[in-house]
Amino acid sequence: MKRLFATFLLLIGLIGSMAQAGEDATSSLYPVIPKAAGAPHPEGNDFMRINHKNLLKHDRDLTMRLGDREVKYSLKECIACHAVNGPDAQPVSVKSEKHFCRVCHDYAAVKVDCFQCHNSKPDPDLVKQLTMLPVKDRELAEYLEGASQ
Amino acid sequence: MKLPALNTPLRDLSEVDRREFFKAGGAVATVALSSGVTLMAFGGEASANADPGKRWGMLIDVNKCTSDCNACVTACSKENGWSAEEGSETDAQWIRKVDLTHKQTGREVSLPMMCQHCEDAPCVDVCPTEASFKRPDGIVLVDKHACIGCRFCMMACPYKARSFIHEPLTDQKSNAPRGQGTVESCTLCVHRVDAGGQPACVDACGTTGNGAMLFGDLNDPESDISKALKKFNSIGLRDDLRLNPGVRYSNL
Repeated sequence: MKRLFATFLLLIGLIGSMAQAGEDATSSLYPVIPKAAGAPHPEGNDFMRINHKNLLKHDRDLTMRLGDREVKYSLKECIACHAVNGPDAQPVSVKSEKHFCRVCHDYAAVKVDCFQCHNSKPDPDLVKQLTMLPVKDRELAEYLEGASQ
Repeated sequence: MKLPALNTPLRDLSEVDRREFFKAGGAVATVALSSGVTLMAFGGEASANADPGKRWGMLIDVNKCTSDCNACVTACSKENGWSAEEGSETDAQWIRKVDLTHKQTGREVSLPMMCQHCEDAPCVDVCPTEASFKRPDGIVLVDKHACIGCRFCMMACPYKARSFIHEPLTDQKSNAPRGQGTVESCTLCVHRVDAGGQPACVDACGTTGNGAMLFGDLNDPESDISKALKKFNSIGLRDDLRLNPGVRYSNL
């Protein structure tokens, strides 16, 4: 009886430790999402994670078909702000697993076709524009832009 | 042609304005311009840089253009990230230099050839996916999101202005996305025009070339190009096809 009880205890311990190991495994698989250079999205990250594709698709037609260059969401700006630098301090392309888009898309096993035509590395001129203003000034500029609309 | 709707529920309150904006401004109207050519126009307050009141065009003075000058081609290649390698049969040619000799008189001329941005563009007519389209301001473009690479437009174009991309590409210019399996052509440097500038070829022709190219709004009687067109004799290439190209040549 004593032995049976000991086995039972051992089993509970094993299951417990297995469950813990399981939790650890999940959290270590979840992608480490690289930080962006600019101010955070006012809509929140959760919103962007779900809707970025729709926003981009909508605005691409406005820009291409009607020439609207003032759209709120453009792939160029996404890429400029979310650039991840490689070991050579240069932005990595989508061929690298560290590329911002790939981090989540690899995890979710969703293929991105954007970069068959679009450059996955940021436009150097645009990066200069975005990083020239310090964060506080940029936030102020964005606020003023929003207030004037 | 309808724009895709935002089909995911918008939960964030800050996004309500945006949604209202699309509801109000996003009413899409299809305008029939002429037989077979339709344009998409936005009602309401949706801002668009492609002004339907404008028609962008170009006038090329063939007398000023010389066969040893390649400034426009080099500038275009640099601006849009395509290159024409020697001897390659598949490389893209957004713009090329053509030398002509009159058989009877022996007069030799040289001129740049590119998409002529026709009013009644055959490439737009034949495109099965509406990927080949004309902007409200007359610029003819390829929507590579919709292009299936069938190359009907390449057959239809009397100017041989379009190219097909055979190889996978990397490091494209951010202003000129281009990829394997799609057709492309001169965009009249639409990103520059939208920013108030003029095409790279015209800039280069003015600075390092012979100043043979003039760019402007054909609908504005006060523009330099309209005044020049009024003053000098000019022709559109293959005028017999009645495509009314936006690019015209003088002294040809």
